[in-house]
Amino acid sequence: MVQKTRAIVITGNGTNCEREAAHACRLGGFDETVIAHISDLLAGDIRLDDFHFLNLTGGFLDGDDLGSAKAQANRFKYARVDELAEHLFDQLLRFINDGKPILGVCNGFQLMVKMGLLPAFDGNYFRQEATLTFNDCGRFQDRWVYLKNNPASPSIFTGGIEKGIYLPIRHGEGKFVAASTEALERIERDNLAVLKYSDPAFRTPTMEFPLNPNGSVNAIAGICDETGRLMGLMPHPEAFVHRVNHPRWTRENLPEEGDGLILFKNAAEYVKKHL
Amino acid sequence: MAHRIEVALKDSVRDARGERIKREIEHFLRLPVERVRTIDVYTVDAALSEMELEKAASEPYCDPVIQTYGIDHPQAADFDFLVEVGFRPGVTDNVGRTAREAIEYITGRPFRAGEGVYTSVQYLISGRLAVADVERIATDLLCNTLIQRYQVVDSATFAVQGGMPVYVPKVEVGTQHAAAVREIDLNVSDEELVRISRDGVLALSLEEMRIIRDHYRDPQVQEERRKMELGAKPTDVELECLAQTWSEHCKHKIFAGTVHYEDEQGNKQEIRSLFKSFIQRTTSDVREKLGANDFCLSVFKDNAGVIRFNDTHSLVFKVETHNSPSALDPYGGALTGIVGVNRDPFGTGKGASLIFNTDVFCFADPFYAKPLPSRLLHPRRIFEGVVEGVEHGGNKSGIPTVNGSLVFDERFAGKPLVFCGTAGIMPAEINGEPSFEKSISPGDLIVMTGGRIGKDGIHGATFSSEELSESSPVSAVQIGDPITQKRMFDFLIRARDKGLYRFITDNGAGGLSSSIGEMSGECGGCRMDISKAPLKYPGLNPWEILISEAQERMSLAVPPERIDEFMAMARRFGVEATVLGEFTDSGYFHILFGDRTVAYLPVAFMHEGLPPMQLPAKWEPPRHEEPHVVVTENLTADLISLLSSLNICSKESVVRRYDHEVQGGSVVKPFTGVADDGPSDAAVVRPILDSFEGVVVAHGICPRYSDIDTYHMTANAIDEGLRNYVAVGGSLDLVAGLDNFCWCDPVLSEKTPDGPYKMAQLVRANQALYDVCLAYNLPLISGKDSMKNDFYDGGTKISIPPTILFSVIGKIEDARKAVTMDVKRPGDIVYLLGKTGDELGGSEYFALKGAIGNKVPVVDTTKAYKRYQAYHLAVTQGLVASCHDLSDGGLAVAAAESAFAGGFGFGLDLSRVLWKGNESDRNDVTLLFSESASRHLVTVHPEKRDEFEAVMSGNCFASIGVVTEEPDLAITGLNGSTVVKADLAELKEAWQKTLREL
Repeated sequence: MVQKTRAIVITGNGTNCEREAAHACRLGGFDETVIAHISDLLAGDIRLDDFHFLNLTGGFLDGDDLGSAKAQANRFKYARVDELAEHLFDQLLRFINDGKPILGVCNGFQLMVKMGLLPAFDGNYFRQEATLTFNDCGRFQDRWVYLKNNPASPSIFTGGIEKGIYLPIRHGEGKFVAASTEALERIERDNLAVLKYSDPAFRTPTMEFPLNPNGSVNAIAGICDETGRLMGLMPHPEAFVHRVNHPRWTRENLPEEGDGLILFKNAAEYVKKHL
Repeated sequence: MAHRIEVALKDSVRDARGERIKREIEHFLRLPVERVRTIDVYTVDAALSEMELEKAASEPYCDPVIQTYGIDHPQAADFDFLVEVGFRPGVTDNVGRTAREAIEYITGRPFRAGEGVYTSVQYLISGRLAVADVERIATDLLCNTLIQRYQVVDSATFAVQGGMPVYVPKVEVGTQHAAAVREIDLNVSDEELVRISRDGVLALSLEEMRIIRDHYRDPQVQEERRKMELGAKPTDVELECLAQTWSEHCKHKIFAGTVHYEDEQGNKQEIRSLFKSFIQRTTSDVREKLGANDFCLSVFKDNAGVIRFNDTHSLVFKVETHNSPSALDPYGGALTGIVGVNRDPFGTGKGASLIFNTDVFCFADPFYAKPLPSRLLHPRRIFEGVVEGVEHGGNKSGIPTVNGSLVFDERFAGKPLVFCGTAGIMPAEINGEPSFEKSISPGDLIVMTGGRIGKDGIHGATFSSEELSESSPVSAVQIGDPITQKRMFDFLIRARDKGLYRFITDNGAGGLSSSIGEMSGECGGCRMDISKAPLKYPGLNPWEILISEAQERMSLAVPPERIDEFMAMARRFGVEATVLGEFTDSGYFHILFGDRTVAYLPVAFMHEGLPPMQLPAKWEPPRHEEPHVVVTENLTADLISLLSSLNICSKESVVRRYDHEVQGGSVVKPFTGVADDGPSDAAVVRPILDSFEGVVVAHGICPRYSDIDTYHMTANAIDEGLRNYVAVGGSLDLVAGLDNFCWCDPVLSEKTPDGPYKMAQLVRANQALYDVCLAYNLPLISGKDSMKNDFYDGGTKISIPPTILFSVIGKIEDARKAVTMDVKRPGDIVYLLGKTGDELGGSEYFALKGAIGNKVPVVDTTKAYKRYQAYHLAVTQGLVASCHDLSDGGLAVAAAESAFAGGFGFGLDLSRVLWKGNESDRNDVTLLFSESASRHLVTVHPEKRDEFEAVMSGNCFASIGVVTEEPDLAITGLNGSTVVKADLAELKEAWQKTLREL
């Protein structure tokens, strides 16, 4: 078992949610959380190897100029680390092969999907099988959504969620699309679709706007890989860690802890147990 | 040779962007189109191998799941007309920049000078259209020809020419003219002086031109210039620099001028500087009143105001306007507005992290259907562009937009008002020194960081100091780049914490001439070589380099011993930083281009050489026809009309496009209630995530009242700001104000014969600012004025109504005590705090009836302040279930909003509403729709009734009804019969429908 659980949040070039993501990691139980600027990684001063949980969080990497997260996916693939004879990509692969969890939120989810880290059928990381594209409504949207949990999914992040969770989405490119019917079927068959946009009672997935805010196929809001250690989702779990984050906290009796915290708690638990 | 990479969506993929364009073509231009599809084009002008080009196209540029690409192979098919829109040479192309960086990562080598990637978008239009229709679509919707170029081809031509030809929008510089510097002869006639100013967009008056001329005639000045090998005539660099420094935009000459004011009784008064006499005095008098509880740290002297937040942190806040650029290019203007105001708190003190944005827009009716002067864009287009510009600027920067308004008046067709605010937070101390203080020592190096300098944004400061006209310069327009700025901020915050610089300020209006000019004022001079400044493209003249307002730049003073570390860190973060010279105590603003001196201006002359303007002002209260109030039995229809009116209706379609929750500290959001769609009065955010201390921000704005009296317009704006702030639970012990004046030109001239009246309006607004802020203990910590909000093309003149945006920032000790505006449960008691009077003048109700009236709401600050204090006590004791401020549309609108937000009805009785004034004026219409100031609609759980009434005792408040289970609004009139009865769903629909589709 690790002595000290360490989480890392990568920032720079337009990542925006690094502070609340780090806050959520701390609340979730990580002994130490580091916000690392990508230049620290590219300079070799900070190495992914020294951490147990990687957060690729929300923002507008490179302004989403070539499509969300595309430029960062390219950077991850081609950028060399100064002092080391390797690409950032090599560190990332090592991180995955070491069995460490990665959570991608919003822009981080877009990044993971476009790099091929998700759904990564048969452990085939770095092959793109899906994408996230412009919302059907044609606009950026900030609104809260109900997410029905798939209890059969292998995700290590969602254990303990009863029916579903309630979180905000804040994106213009969140419509989940699979590369093929086969890919979509496989995502469903293998229970890789962890969270789906649903009605307020978490009964059925929905295609209805604004409950499904972007028109994602099969109402998919978040997916994981077969190991369950890599997961990404468009909604922001780090944005609901305390009841006052909830849009109706002044009128509903809510527990102190927000719905999103469970993902970070589960990550910390997993690291403690398995690494 | 350049290549075109075209990226198209696969046929099976829905094109949301194309669908939106189709809707807009149908909606605005009323042209029938069957389909619009879009294609992204990257024109790559760089020496790349075939494989590298293929990699760029297939990997970063194309998403294989949904897109296809072609290299020098057109992707367009199945269309009638194709419109391709790209930027003009030299215009910021953010996507092009990212596309270039992506190639550099792939190849591992940087682009050579002159190489680049340029983006454009193809719109494939299907439909039975004429060429002229498509031209209209291009110019009225797809392309802003000031900054963009377009080509239209029909499908036949496209087939014949085999696609679109390669075009590289590179800035072509004819001759590499080695930094030309002209001398300007000012020993000329007055007419010639005026011509020099006008033709050069210098915005200098004849008197100012004469002062400059006389300066250069001074033998001593000439003697000093000779030592620098300069002649007796000013260089263009010097004249441009003075024009920027002395522009209304930078110098605030009207607020600094001497006003000769005469009131309606003929009493005369000389006011030396409105700024000193009212604004500065307000703050110093409030601070004196506060004594030991004074929380102001830095006011008026820096880019933004600084107040205390707690022992460990300080708050920074600034609100700016970006009206003139937004009139010309709404998207670029608003985007630069928001990323520009971000630099103000960032460049305050030693630098602050940014915690939220606010935005308030004033537009003409987006459904405006009358002809407009040719240079003016349609209000709907301004609406769309501004909203999108602020969306991109705020969202991409990762700063939540938490509070704002949309205000409508036809006169804003002349110039839209685009207010953008940003707050920041900084540790109270950085490296052992107060964070709000900074200094420069002679010998410190002048460093510029961030973006490069181009011809964009030249004459922004001077052009916005004049009215908008046919000849407004296109160079003033530019596009912001939030990502370059974000990278710079990431770097500078770290440099701040390491103590790598001593002084920081932003490059805004006037560019380096302003930022380094002001910094030189701090230490007594500078010596700067502008040939070292990094340029976007060659060919700029020295004066252009000095005054360019190219975005995303900060200026710093770096001690020589820290420069190596500073530059190394900048390289690592991928941020360009350049040493341009050093600060001195020579007393001169000394600018070189290489070895040659191109400007040598005494710092004292730059900053103090301008005598105050003399401004006549005469107040004559206007009299409007007093409308006869018709009291009918059923006022439901009036309420429904008001709920649908532009100023009252829901702005949710706009607000949802702004990320209001990033950074994780959102407590009271813009929308609240059972369906998350009720309009909050103010925002509460927690900037420090492991603390429950909250920042509260609110604002007030009511330009309609200016038609009656700007004194009361101002008083009501301040009161509205404070009562919104108080409503959610803001503390009165730590709250400050910011004033933004947007006026029409008040200087008497041929173009402005009514200058003395407009100037008197300005004086009265200032009087109210002092009176009300002093009574409310509201120090003004920062502000801005924009004084030339007129359109004039020689024939038509449109002047905006004088407008003050009053922003309020303060603290709630425990954010868990915050109160929202939605009613919470049936059986709760409804209270109206404050009295209602016959004050329908300037109201939305009168506007609905086509009238203005005269009886504008009058703020009773003594009673209001006492009541606000009592109410705050009730909030801290947890006695309040909901609270909503009463403003536009009065009690009826506030009640409807609170009810449908909470999903429960109201049963209210107008006979129980406290009345002020003549009993004969008391009637159902006035009780429902009067906009009397300082009122709140509050609900309280029955078990808290006694406690609440005890806390509020000694104040004007009355229980006027109860929250009901039935989802309807039922209001009983004075004679006991029902005057309003409506289903909440119907009221909500009326309120939501107006702007839902925008």
